[in-house]
Amino acid sequence: MGMTVAEKILARASGLPAVTAGDVVEPAVDLAMSHENAALVVNQFLEIYEGTLLSPKIWNPDRVAVIFDHRVPAESPKTASNQKKVREFVAAQLVRKFHDIRGDVGGICHQILPENGYVRPGAVVVGTDSHTTSHGALGAFAFGIGATEMASVWALGAVLNVEVPGTIKVVVKGRFQKHVSAKDLILHLIGRLTAQGANFKVLEFHGDTIRRMPTSGRLVLCNMSVEAGATAGIVPADEETLRYLRDEAGVTDAVTPVVPDPDARYERVIEVNVAKLEPQIACPHTVDNVKSIDQVMGRAINQVVIGSCTNGRLDDLAVAAKIMKGRKVAASTRMLIFPASARIFQQALAKGYVKTFMEAGAVVMNSGCGPCLGVHEGALGDGEVALSTTNRNFKGRMGNPKSEVYLCSPAVAAASALVGAITDPRLGGN
Amino acid sequence: MATVVNRVGDDISTDVIYPGRYMATVLPSETPQYAFADDASFNGMLKAGHVSKGSVLVAGSNFGCGSSREQAVSAIKGHELVIVAKSVARIFLQNAVNLGLRIVICPTIVANEGDELEISETQVVNLRSNTRFPVVPLPKARQAIVDAGGVIAYTRERLLASKGHMDRR
Repeated sequence: MGMTVAEKILARASGLPAVTAGDVVEPAVDLAMSHENAALVVNQFLEIYEGTLLSPKIWNPDRVAVIFDHRVPAESPKTASNQKKVREFVAAQLVRKFHDIRGDVGGICHQILPENGYVRPGAVVVGTDSHTTSHGALGAFAFGIGATEMASVWALGAVLNVEVPGTIKVVVKGRFQKHVSAKDLILHLIGRLTAQGANFKVLEFHGDTIRRMPTSGRLVLCNMSVEAGATAGIVPADEETLRYLRDEAGVTDAVTPVVPDPDARYERVIEVNVAKLEPQIACPHTVDNVKSIDQVMGRAINQVVIGSCTNGRLDDLAVAAKIMKGRKVAASTRMLIFPASARIFQQALAKGYVKTFMEAGAVVMNSGCGPCLGVHEGALGDGEVALSTTNRNFKGRMGNPKSEVYLCSPAVAAASALVGAITDPRLGGN
Repeated sequence: MATVVNRVGDDISTDVIYPGRYMATVLPSETPQYAFADDASFNGMLKAGHVSKGSVLVAGSNFGCGSSREQAVSAIKGHELVIVAKSVARIFLQNAVNLGLRIVICPTIVANEGDELEISETQVVNLRSNTRFPVVPLPKARQAIVDAGGVIAYTRERLLASKGHMDRR
């Protein structure tokens, strides 16, 4: 019987001719990623070795990546000390895929991995971050795990006892209207599926809309698949994947796409036609509380955020810059922009986007997770409302349980910042 | 028999269980103070030691959705709460199994604060309403880790076996 992409990848990585949903396997890991929470992974890793007479050694340091992004630069002595500990550990363990706080090679883990060619089609990628699902955009099977599970991966090079997930096939057809994009599609899907509709499942994306979509958009879809509960989101690799890896990630060695068998078994098939899709907004306080923009237009906003592992890429900044060029952020609104990586920041500088943003009154910040998870910057005041291109709007997400977060696309964020209220970008002149 | 000390709704995220601003705190010995930090009354009860070990937190569906932060599990585990939830998000469930936090998946559970529950492997009995609710077993993939006492112990066993070094001391 035919296999889905996830089944094919897990079979290969587990040394089996075939697997099917429900099988329990132990796939070898091609890439194991952590961010600052590597500090906890290190603790747990050392604990595994206690009393064993074995010296703690990562199974293969070339398959481990550590990227600082959640609290950069450090907001507290505690974070700085954790980062110091991780820095020393990765140096001692010879981990070379280490991205420190830097203006040349730093950035958000879910951008650093793709742009450096660390993720290949068919790979098994695990990360101590729920948005590790992002890397399915390159045709990999990528999923989030906890820190202690990562410690086990560092020791054994495999993920223990993985149950092969069933797959939901998502077929997307049609062309987006102007100013409607991958973010609107995934918000729409999450609204349809609910926050738990794909729990323990894989979303495998197909259709002409996906084939035309650049990798930057595919990363948005896979990134937010987890918001429907999915274990992984996957776009089967194709010509665009090979183009991205070759032209943008500098990959020179041979890459083999993994595609599903024609008779692969899917638990469900969902069809979406995006031709009439309106800009979508996820309203407080759950990501599946999704509404069309006309239902929330005019809502006053205090802060607009563009950035994150979801929508901080060059294509996103280009959309925002086009809308904002020569105009001003409303006086009642603060606008914060976080390029997803230092490389993207430099590209945005070269293209003049940063100048456009700053002249409009936006604050352009260093690459990192920024206010998305409410740790150290861009917090909201009591009763304040944010409109953000990030991926979560749970109560307290931006650091204050007495605030509200709406999620949207970069086009909606940019158009709304100019007005100071949620605004449909299709109504603007740009 | 265990007392229900709190009941929460559907889609309780790890941001609610363990707010992001405390994520720099990672040690299981330090995380429990921030469990449900934005819920002043529940957090206060937990910190004051007014909740006895083995007490139950009853939750709706998709408990622990969102971030993979393991602090959300270690914070609850530190208070030795038992979670009885209609369903649980994948990464949270995995983390709970890995760290030995007891989670009971009970899709039809109806219980309120103050109710007494009797929990077994197959069912939860609400002694106040005298109603039985079936329990869904853990995904089979995780049972081996539970049986070993968590993923650290399990990995240690595997590591020693693979190195042919069985001296556990």
